[in-house]
Amino acid sequence: MATEAALVRDRAADSRRRLLTLDNRYLPPLLITSILLGAHLSYGILEAWYTTALAIGTAIGAELLMGRVTYGKWPHPASAYISGISAGILVRSPLLWPYVLVSLVSITSKYVLRVKGRHIWNPTNFGVSAAAFLAPATVTVLSIQWGNAIAPMIVIWVLGSVIVWRVGRAHISATYVASFLFFSWVTSLITGTPWSATVAPITGPMYQLFIFFMVTDPKTTVRAKFWQCVVVFLVAFVEMILRLNQILYAPFYALFIVGPIAMLVDIWSAGIRSQES
Amino acid sequence: MTPNQRQRIAWFAWTIVLVSSLVAIRVLNSQATASAHESTGGAPADARFGFRLEESAKALGVDFVHQGPTFDGRLAHIMPQVASMGAAVAVADFDRDGWQDFYVTNSSEGSLNRLYRNKGDGTFADVGAQMGVADVNQRDTGVSMGAIWGDYDNDGWEDLFLYRYGRPELFHNDQGTRFVAVGEQAGLPKWVNANSATWLDYDRDGRLDLFLAGYWADDINLSKLETTKIMPESFEYATNGGRKYLLHNRGDGTFEDNAAALGITSRRWTLAVIAGDFRGTGYPDLFLSNDYGVSELFANREGKGFTDVAQTTGVGRTPKSGMNASVGDVFNDGRLAIYKTNISEAGVLVQGNDLWVPGNSKLKTQNSNTGTVEYENLASSMGIEYGGWSWGAQFGDLNNDGAQDLYLTNGYISAGERSSYWYDFAVIAVGHSQIIGDAANWPAMKGRSLSGYQRKRLWLNDGLGRFTDVAQVVGARDTYDGRAVALADLGNRGVLDVIVANQKGPLLIYKNTVAPGRHWIQFELEGEPGSTGSGRGSSRSAIGAQVELHWKNRKQVQQVTTASGFSAQNQRRLHYGLGDADAVDRVVIRWPSGREQTIERPAVDMLHHVKEPFDSAQGRPDGH
Repeated sequence: MATEAALVRDRAADSRRRLLTLDNRYLPPLLITSILLGAHLSYGILEAWYTTALAIGTAIGAELLMGRVTYGKWPHPASAYISGISAGILVRSPLLWPYVLVSLVSITSKYVLRVKGRHIWNPTNFGVSAAAFLAPATVTVLSIQWGNAIAPMIVIWVLGSVIVWRVGRAHISATYVASFLFFSWVTSLITGTPWSATVAPITGPMYQLFIFFMVTDPKTTVRAKFWQCVVVFLVAFVEMILRLNQILYAPFYALFIVGPIAMLVDIWSAGIRSQES
Repeated sequence: MTPNQRQRIAWFAWTIVLVSSLVAIRVLNSQATASAHESTGGAPADARFGFRLEESAKALGVDFVHQGPTFDGRLAHIMPQVASMGAAVAVADFDRDGWQDFYVTNSSEGSLNRLYRNKGDGTFADVGAQMGVADVNQRDTGVSMGAIWGDYDNDGWEDLFLYRYGRPELFHNDQGTRFVAVGEQAGLPKWVNANSATWLDYDRDGRLDLFLAGYWADDINLSKLETTKIMPESFEYATNGGRKYLLHNRGDGTFEDNAAALGITSRRWTLAVIAGDFRGTGYPDLFLSNDYGVSELFANREGKGFTDVAQTTGVGRTPKSGMNASVGDVFNDGRLAIYKTNISEAGVLVQGNDLWVPGNSKLKTQNSNTGTVEYENLASSMGIEYGGWSWGAQFGDLNNDGAQDLYLTNGYISAGERSSYWYDFAVIAVGHSQIIGDAANWPAMKGRSLSGYQRKRLWLNDGLGRFTDVAQVVGARDTYDGRAVALADLGNRGVLDVIVANQKGPLLIYKNTVAPGRHWIQFELEGEPGSTGSGRGSSRSAIGAQVELHWKNRKQVQQVTTASGFSAQNQRRLHYGLGDADAVDRVVIRWPSGREQTIERPAVDMLHHVKEPFDSAQGRPDGH
């Protein structure tokens, strides 16, 4: 009886906790929405709400359609929401079609570019990299500031850090930041450019999205914690190589190159382990 | 169907969607910048487009080459950027001989500005030194950035206001015989790092007031820096630029700054300004094209104050790198659109230029003091969005077909042809204010180009909302680092010639030859300040007057302006092409004083001198 009573108490406590605790799936969407709202209300970063709405709508619509048709059930839209809002923020174009097509490519890549049931590119990274590469005359990727006050930046970094820690990905973000700082110092030594200039990009908004949402994407990172850190270290390294060749969208391209290779190795090694067992 | 089969079919379908989307991105990108808006090759230009341009500066006796400034040695590593402006041109008939003269600025210490007098025989002579407006670039005064003409004392002679990175100066025109510097006694500010200014009669008292817009902060002397923390604090949200001055003309040769008192406290980095009655209130508003941020549109509240309505009207919602402000009636429907240039560099920064076209709400609020207007950016749909690193642009009917065309010059820094500074520029531009704001942090340029050697644009307006770039075909083929463009009928031939001031490059004059059989008409207005007992008239220069021409069921409005474009001023007389029409129905002149004058069936193919009528109701043009 005492055990049953204890179980009932535990269940009741669990229920209360669930009421007070947000599902982890909603944390990244909440953070990215907060960032967008804060940045727009402070600095009006969006040329028009409808471009972001277009990107989000396309992403969610494509996800629902493709998920339903492919698996026969409605997928959770949180992931598509992040892809759409990221595309809406990152893509900069005076035209409308890039917002639609980048979102569509991002989501579609999840359903097409798969190996053993796992998609190997981060969807937004794939879409944004494709657009930056294929449409340089009409699409650029957010590479400017959202204002210049330090306070909002600190808020975003603190909030972001708490959330990636909460979802167990803080080590990835931290490793990437440390690697970036190190390689920007190496770049400075090689090129003679002031370190304050080579480190400048990480103070911009593009990197906040990159650090908190792209490199930490659970679906497109390898399984082991140690190797997750190794992968982002390699991303930062490839990024440095690209930057030394003056390629502006280096972080996106670096993740585009390193990410799927790491995923393939991870899938391959998991296959071997499963055969051995 | 099993789940596996369904998934396989779905995979094929999504693969097609993915590949199609990637192809679409590529194709749409190509279409957006391709030759749909550009015409090359084929028959001779005058046969195809009704005109051709021929660069003729030297043949006209003009051999001016702009010399750029050199500032404090601590800026040496980015000198091409901080010293990237100063080439300017302003047109006026300063000696009232009926021929258009022009003033060009130089920008290195000790260099001479030039005043080119039109000799009337198709050539020009530099009279800058003898007229006293040449030797104006010294360390203690600063170096020239531009100039504007305007008859501030209503004596009938165009005076010259010079703005510098330094002390602004006002030159009084002594009946076309010499210029006398009167800036100090006029009460002008001691030091303003300005790239733009305009004359306007903001309170309609019949006297020209002066708006002067700072770019760099006023406490900076670029030749003698106290700190390297002088750069914009942000690439898109900078508000640490120069102060703005609205210098009210007291009528006794002195001015007082009313900017703050009237609500203009902006510290944005202004590169161009244009004044005009954009809301149909009868009072001139001010549009500011700002670098490193959003534009501003200061709505004039009957001369008693200004309110920035850029957000609500739509023109100030997106921060870009504004460098030009000019107006044109692109649809021939009586609406003045504002053209603002920005930066477009493939793969790095695609801001696109803006064409702000007012909605019809303006028409409903005509003559309303609370007039509101909403603008829509139609640059993309009209094909005038991409112009590289765009600078000065002017509207004018270059082929006399009855529609206003658009000439755009561009190019920032042409140095090493195979090396680009863009990567480093983009990297520093994203940095936090502590990084971007300090020139010491900026990577060295090391002789590299930044959007250099660019192809110019001359967009021909078909009158139906579509522009076609014909620059290469008609002869505008230079690739200098263009800054200022001015349009003027230099030969009194009934055509608009094009003057282009290039940074650290030669002044170009594109002489225009229009195909025969195309008619035209021109108007030169003269206000009558204080001419009536009951009210004030317009300033003698009639700056701010709007002239609406009606012919063959078409109408086109133009405005008398001073500053237009970037560091430029067109001729004050207004030029209209008429196509094959050999008659005009009427012309309606809205004088700055508020009077409206109608002239029925003015003769075509000639210039009309129109004086503001003495009677308030019925216009009585004279001096034909």
